Amino acid sequence: MIPSSFEYHRPSDLAAAIGLLAEHGDEARVIAGGHSLIPLMKMRMAGATHLVDLQGLGDLKRITVSADGISIGAMVTQAELIAHEGLAAAVPLLREAALQIADPQVRNLGTVGGNVANGDPGNDMPGLMQCLGATFTLEGPDGSRDVAAREFYHGAYVTARADDEILTHIRFAPPAGGYAYEKQKRKIGDYATAAAAVLLTRNGGTVASASVAMTNLSDVPVWSQAAGEALAGSDCGDEAVRSAVTAMLADIDPQQDNRGPVEFKRHVAGVMLARAISRAWSRA
Amino acid sequence: MNDMTPSREQRIANLKGMGASRKRVEDVRFTQGKGNYVDDIKLPGMLFGDFVRSPYAHARVKSINTEAAMALPGVIAVLTAADLAPLNLHWMPTLAGDKQMVLADGKVLFQGQEVAFVVATDRYIAADATELVDVEYEELPVVVDPFKALEPEAPVLREDLEGSAEGAHGPRRHHNHIFLWEAGEKEATEQAIDASEVVAEEMVYYHRTHPCPLETCGTVASMDKVNGKLTVYGTFQAPHVVRTVASLLSGIEEHNIRVVSPDIGGGFGNKVGVYPGYVCAIVASIVTGKPVKWIEDRMENLSATAFARDYWMKGRISATKEGRITGLHCHVTADHGAFDACADPTKFPAGFFHICTGSYDIPVAYVGVDGVYTNKAPGGVAYRCSFRVTEAAYFIERMIEVLAIELGMDAAELRRINFICKDQFPYQSALGWEYDSGDYHTAWDKALEAVGYKELRAEQAQRIEDFKAGRTRKLLGIGLTHFTEIVGAGPVKNCDILGMGMFDSCEIRIHPTGSAIARLGTISQGQGHATTFAQIIASETGLPADSITIEEGDTDTAPYGLGTYGSRSTPVAGAATALCGRKIRAKAQMIAAYLLEVHDGDLEWDVDRFVVKGAPERFKTMKEIAYAAYNQAIPGLEPGLEAVSYYDPPNMTYPFGAYIAVMEIDVDTGEHEVRQFYALDDCGTRINPMVIEGQVHGGATEGYAIAMGQEIAYDEIGNVKTGTLMDFFLPTAWETPHYTTDHTETPSPHHPIGAKGVGESPNVGSVPAFSNAVHDAFRAFGLRHSHMPHDHWRIWKIARDLGLHG
Repeated sequence: MIPSSFEYHRPSDLAAAIGLLAEHGDEARVIAGGHSLIPLMKMRMAGATHLVDLQGLGDLKRITVSADGISIGAMVTQAELIAHEGLAAAVPLLREAALQIADPQVRNLGTVGGNVANGDPGNDMPGLMQCLGATFTLEGPDGSRDVAAREFYHGAYVTARADDEILTHIRFAPPAGGYAYEKQKRKIGDYATAAAAVLLTRNGGTVASASVAMTNLSDVPVWSQAAGEALAGSDCGDEAVRSAVTAMLADIDPQQDNRGPVEFKRHVAGVMLARAISRAWSRA
Repeated sequence: MNDMTPSREQRIANLKGMGASRKRVEDVRFTQGKGNYVDDIKLPGMLFGDFVRSPYAHARVKSINTEAAMALPGVIAVLTAADLAPLNLHWMPTLAGDKQMVLADGKVLFQGQEVAFVVATDRYIAADATELVDVEYEELPVVVDPFKALEPEAPVLREDLEGSAEGAHGPRRHHNHIFLWEAGEKEATEQAIDASEVVAEEMVYYHRTHPCPLETCGTVASMDKVNGKLTVYGTFQAPHVVRTVASLLSGIEEHNIRVVSPDIGGGFGNKVGVYPGYVCAIVASIVTGKPVKWIEDRMENLSATAFARDYWMKGRISATKEGRITGLHCHVTADHGAFDACADPTKFPAGFFHICTGSYDIPVAYVGVDGVYTNKAPGGVAYRCSFRVTEAAYFIERMIEVLAIELGMDAAELRRINFICKDQFPYQSALGWEYDSGDYHTAWDKALEAVGYKELRAEQAQRIEDFKAGRTRKLLGIGLTHFTEIVGAGPVKNCDILGMGMFDSCEIRIHPTGSAIARLGTISQGQGHATTFAQIIASETGLPADSITIEEGDTDTAPYGLGTYGSRSTPVAGAATALCGRKIRAKAQMIAAYLLEVHDGDLEWDVDRFVVKGAPERFKTMKEIAYAAYNQAIPGLEPGLEAVSYYDPPNMTYPFGAYIAVMEIDVDTGEHEVRQFYALDDCGTRINPMVIEGQVHGGATEGYAIAMGQEIAYDEIGNVKTGTLMDFFLPTAWETPHYTTDHTETPSPHHPIGAKGVGESPNVGSVPAFSNAVHDAFRAFGLRHSHMPHDHWRIWKIARDLGLHG
């Protein structure tokens, strides 16, 4: 549990951080809260000879909430996200979900940016951002570009981000309607056995729109367009929920691990989604 | 006497003696981060050791190349078995009469086994160097299943034992067999069961888990080559035994070895044994002449130092139609891993498993335990229990439930009609124990009443109806347990560890001004000895507990003792402490008689003083007597006031308890909620109710973890699947249930103060309570037995297999 030696850098602006990544290539790793990277380094499963710490980048700690959109800086911690009243009012889904991430000590250090950028299928924020239809801003030596959260994840720890890019901001439109994040985990600090994020809007007695995303049920977060479509236009009754679950199950690909066999995970995924839909509908 | 004279009640309160909920004196430093643990010890010039460990569960070691590691600046030495062999230290004896490789000698037998020991100037360099040691392995077939290990064609694990038909505990019938240990009457039991009206059979598995103390194992060894003295600081639950073993192994005379257990951050059995890290650090210090520190990390702790349980218990229990138990038969296949390194009294290779008749009057019984080698880490320690007692309690409490199903009876009633009655004590069990005292019916009725048992059963019946009607997806489980422990090892006539009798000791020195220091052969790892032993002395000598320092763990100063595990500190060292206090008081009485110019027999003891009978105004307080003991010439008496006692207990003590867990089970997700947990403990005389309550909370939390998710799991090629706290369940405050504690008090008749020990009861009792709650929730749907741990997917699987998912 002792990492091999590394150089520590703490740039004070984004250009310097990007410069360091360019200079050291794949020997460099960006570190935010460190709650994924440091354990991997201690177990010597991740090697990084240059750590570029983003704590000095104040611009990345900002949350802005307006009618046109919401922006969350990558270095905002889960605790800051939870504490932000404006954000909680505009996107209660995020607070509900963030409170289910790890424990207060981890949330005090773990960042939203790290959570989405790392590409760990166990992380909760990627699925949430897909559910919200968020866009990630990446800054690199060639400037800035935006990538949709739904396009960002290619495999476990493999994302659209290039080695010399830094994910700086997350942006999305404030969602309307009902919401829910249902997560089953073995204990505090564990990743989800299965989790479901649901956003629903209502038009009288029918679902006007629905967005469904699942966590830790594939090597990437799963935004299930088919599940959302199964709900849209329905009365959100038992049959519609069953169709949504069936559609979602076609999109996920869980693997057996200590949380249980595939069959169990698929069953729990269905239960989580059904519960999330029901709760979101009650709030819509 | 005047108004300023404290009343008798005030004087009693002032002592904070036995029965007082005195606050733990240790916590002042622990809660401020001021404890002094092994890793806090820093000696000048200290070096650091780290292990190269085997990635394979079974492999031949073809070669070890240390060149690249030695070339790394800061690396002082890389030890391998070849370096230890000339000292005959490449293997070491285990506490169970087997031997264990210190460093891999030709082959490795479990993943994580110690292969080479790197010594460097700091621990970062040591860790880097372990990656530079090049070990060439040739993989061998792996056996992780003890039943497969005993098949004729199973690979030979212990080549060192090949051809040896005799083991440390009798004949071996197979190359992977360690021993067969038996108790009771086999034929008579089989006959009784076969002739019975009702028979229930079940395989009950108590899975492999781990004590996982917050502080991992570690040591600092320091050889002073000038004066020839070796000092070893370490996480030792039995420091005196470590000194003796170290002397026997190293040839260094025992007076030249000092073993110190500083503050220990939890042990739970994990710190009883001797580990390769200790031996390597000592050898490295002898070789380099410098202090050498070795500290395990969490993954090493979970995967290499002693595990607990891994018992496959095949049971048959029989009864009359009315439910009177007529016999109990048990065969255990015990997975000991690669080396038999159980920490049991040497004559008991299956510990005290034959307490498995539990709280019940069972006329005839038999137990046979087959110890088996597999490619898993060695251990089999008593994880917060007396030796193999949680296994025994879990076994009988599951068998009772299965028998209740077979009989169609209420499990509480089945227990009640089979309890040993109060007037049967001292009770001779069919498996050879003499239970000292008990009143099970009183405890049981109190427990059932406290939880509202009848109402719970009515609620459960309603719940089942609601479930069947589709009104709920949650079931209600009521988990019952009545356990009897056997602790306080033990009488030297049959309890020893490597020949060292399991007595214990206390030495008390009263200072002239009436304060005191006491030293014991035990060592607290969180039990609160500095608090509770001072209370015993306070009650016995009349000096306030706050004026008494308790010191343990330094073999240069403490009297010899066998250490702290198996709830033995209070039954054994606590008795020594009380008797030592009485020796002090006896001398004090002579001094008081001289000072008061009366005959010894004219005095009577009153809380903190000797009073002349019939003349209450004439007395001498213990404080006054202490001063006189040192400063006044008393004819016929030596100056001073101190004593030492060694206590060899006449019998074990038998604490018992009634635990009830009420759980809500989500059939769809396998999740659970502990709605209520009631723990009634009878540990005899209660020294400190608050410490007892704390012990019950801690032990029940460990039991909760074990029952509901904690395990050391291996895949089929011997990889540890649960080597970090992500996968090894250690409950946080969030998961931990709320506990209600209660008690009855049935003193031990043979213990000087009637105390029985309590530290381990809650682990012993809570595991079956939680497990039985899970089983009970599904009883109405046809569940008989399902193995622990009851984590989400396993509970979900129970529901699925019973067809409850529609």
